[in-house]
Amino acid sequence: MDMPAQSAFTGEQAGHDRKPAAKVVARHVDVFYGDKHAIKDVTVDIAERSVTAFIGPSGCGKSTFLRCINRMNDTIPGCRVSGEILIDGNDIYDPALDVVQLRARVGMVFQKPNPFPKSVFENVAYGPRIHGLARTKADLEEIVVTSLKRAGLFEEVKDRLGDPGTGLSGGQQQRLCIARAIAVEPEVVLMDEPCSALDPIATAKIEELMGELTERYTIVIVTHSMQQAARVSQRTAFFHLGTLVEFGDTQKIFTSPTDERTQDYITGRFG
Amino acid sequence: MTDIAAPPALTLGQRIDFTSDAARARVRARYRAEARFRLYGLLALVVTAIFLLVLIADILFRGLPAFLHHSLVLDVAVPSDLVEPQKRGDPAAIRSADYFPLVRDALKAAIPGIESRSAEKTLTRLLSTGAADHLAGLVAADPSLIGRTVRVPLLLSADADLYLKGTGTRIAKRWGRGIATPSGVSGEVTIRSSASDFADDLAAVKTLLAGRARQLAAEADRLQRTGSPAVAGRVEELRREAGELHARAGQRQTEETLDASMPSLLVAIDGGLVKATKVSATTVAGEVLLPLSSQAGARGGEWSVNTYITPESARRATDQEIAFLERFRELGKVERHLNTIFLLSGDSREPELAGIRGALVGSALTLLITVVLCVPIGVMAAVYLEEFAPKTRWTDLIEVNINNLAAVPSIVFGLLGLAMFLNFFGLPRSAPLVGGLVLALLVLPTIIIAARAALKAVPPSIKEAALGVGASHQQAVFHHVLPLAMPGIMTGTIIGMAHALGETAPLLMIGMVAFIVDVPKGFTEAATVLPVQIYLWSDLPEVGFQAKTAAAIIVLLLFLFAMNGAAIWLRRRFERRW
Repeated sequence: MDMPAQSAFTGEQAGHDRKPAAKVVARHVDVFYGDKHAIKDVTVDIAERSVTAFIGPSGCGKSTFLRCINRMNDTIPGCRVSGEILIDGNDIYDPALDVVQLRARVGMVFQKPNPFPKSVFENVAYGPRIHGLARTKADLEEIVVTSLKRAGLFEEVKDRLGDPGTGLSGGQQQRLCIARAIAVEPEVVLMDEPCSALDPIATAKIEELMGELTERYTIVIVTHSMQQAARVSQRTAFFHLGTLVEFGDTQKIFTSPTDERTQDYITGRFG
Repeated sequence: MTDIAAPPALTLGQRIDFTSDAARARVRARYRAEARFRLYGLLALVVTAIFLLVLIADILFRGLPAFLHHSLVLDVAVPSDLVEPQKRGDPAAIRSADYFPLVRDALKAAIPGIESRSAEKTLTRLLSTGAADHLAGLVAADPSLIGRTVRVPLLLSADADLYLKGTGTRIAKRWGRGIATPSGVSGEVTIRSSASDFADDLAAVKTLLAGRARQLAAEADRLQRTGSPAVAGRVEELRREAGELHARAGQRQTEETLDASMPSLLVAIDGGLVKATKVSATTVAGEVLLPLSSQAGARGGEWSVNTYITPESARRATDQEIAFLERFRELGKVERHLNTIFLLSGDSREPELAGIRGALVGSALTLLITVVLCVPIGVMAAVYLEEFAPKTRWTDLIEVNINNLAAVPSIVFGLLGLAMFLNFFGLPRSAPLVGGLVLALLVLPTIIIAARAALKAVPPSIKEAALGVGASHQQAVFHHVLPLAMPGIMTGTIIGMAHALGETAPLLMIGMVAFIVDVPKGFTEAATVLPVQIYLWSDLPEVGFQAKTAAAIIVLLLFLFAMNGAAIWLRRRFERRW
């Protein structure tokens, strides 16, 4: 497949007339929890090396849809997904596809920081180790250090790599989870409300991080905070009651949305 | 509290009443109820503690004496012709020589002058049957002892040991006042005193007779009151006896015959001891228990009158035995030491030679098999059922049946073991292998249930985090969930093993009820386990085994505490690593 030239793509760079390639393509996706129809006919493109935000009121299905992208919904009994989700043109719900490898290519950071009850080093090293990314101990150490640096955590923990990961502060734990996710060199990183459990300063650090991460990874973030979506994302999707109401450039969504429901949500009428 | 302006339809009732008398009374009632509840809790705790303390005190009281044992330290002359000269280097020949005469001679040398065969027999029976064996072992280990005299502690029999531990009788001693002259040094003798030294004893006998007469009269009265004609003859008899005794008691200055139902009266004179069979105010006639050294008269203060307060018919040790033991004690030949035999030997028919080592080793081997089988199988089954098995009707059925198995009485597992392992597979009876298999079946459901609960308790966020990083389900479970569930699994294992340690019924079914003397060396040799040993010993008639049973219970409890302690330590280590 022909790849367009790479460039650091930010929402403010007006005049860039080349549309970024779609990394993740979803077509007519439906999700059922038993009889409950949770996601209704969602079609959306996620551009590569950018931040796409999913916003919407509680219970609108944004987290559910996010979890479809790395097939985490498979772990929920009674959950059925129909439709197409393609990453780089390959259907991820193809029975021949190995889910485990998919999850190495699509990483996830959860709402509540959940580092393993192991040392900081072991937390980050676990993924590379099980996927055989490091041949020697030195390689592994390099991967861990690089990931921690990219997550902006290395300076703070370089003296205590052997300390338990659960002993860090909330913001540090979340950055550790981000380091853990990027240590396996994924292509897409999904973030499910990563800052909702953190204080404003930690939140600011992570938002800054996201900007840096777009150089290498495609990021999809679910967030409750519209301000956050406006700050970090290039494109935004608004979900409501399981349907995708509107999707477009972040600027446009927040200044001149086309759908009335989007307008109502943004102005605080509900949600 | 800020007021929120609300439409009239939403107005609530009044505020909670805090200040009126009724309110205060309610508060006081609540405090009283809480205090009562705390009191009940405390009472429950106290009652439990009392039960526990009483139990432990009883066990310790009964069992601790078994950890000490008495021996006689004697100088045993080992004759140079014990074995033929050419066999001096042969340990087997040395061991098979007859050591009993050596022991007997050493005993007689310690208390010289014993002539009657029955006294000699009593003397030799004071020692354990294992004493000669012990001597044989010593000489075989060091053949240079042949031809020398060696000082050796010889184990006393269980009954002698029990007496020395103070369960025989109290002894009252009183110095004689007059000059006492014995008529001989052995056999039947008479001791005459120049003063009425024995008047008190005579009076005591008469009081006893009077008391007995009263008892018989009362019994006769009672029978007569029943009015039944059949007992008329008996009533006559009783009245006649009562009359006789009363007459005897009433007469003064006469001689009385002592019998076994009265406290024993003895005279210690001239280095010997005489047991009185007849007593009057100035003389005592009886038989010699310990030979006198001479017939010389003894002045006041040089001889004594001893009373064994418990009558001979009411105690286990005879007067002759007590005489010997007290003499040995006076000579300083009695030694009390730690009963290493109890911990180092296997079972035996003689209480003083019985040890718990066979049962300890048997228990350890059996439990080892149980652990090695149960823990991996149980944990793997729990992991599969909890994490990997599809939730179908079959898995529900299995889960229900595992819970049922946990409630099955243990003896049923014994029957299963008998039918399957012994009869069908032909495994050796009473072996730790079979015992371990049966106990593993017993404990398996408990471990599965505990392991499942522990796995369920691991927060799902950990598993999700592992899956999110691209771990397979198997990797997520084995690398993350299982280690976190380990403390709970260990707790289940401890509970299961403690349960298995104390199980008796199923092991009896597979044949561990036999009398096993040797300490088992492997998993297929016949063995017994601690609870079965306790059960067997508690059933035996010899009094010496009572203390051993309690001591074995102490050992079992210590084994249990040690196992629990080890498991708790292991669990802490697992917890701390994270």
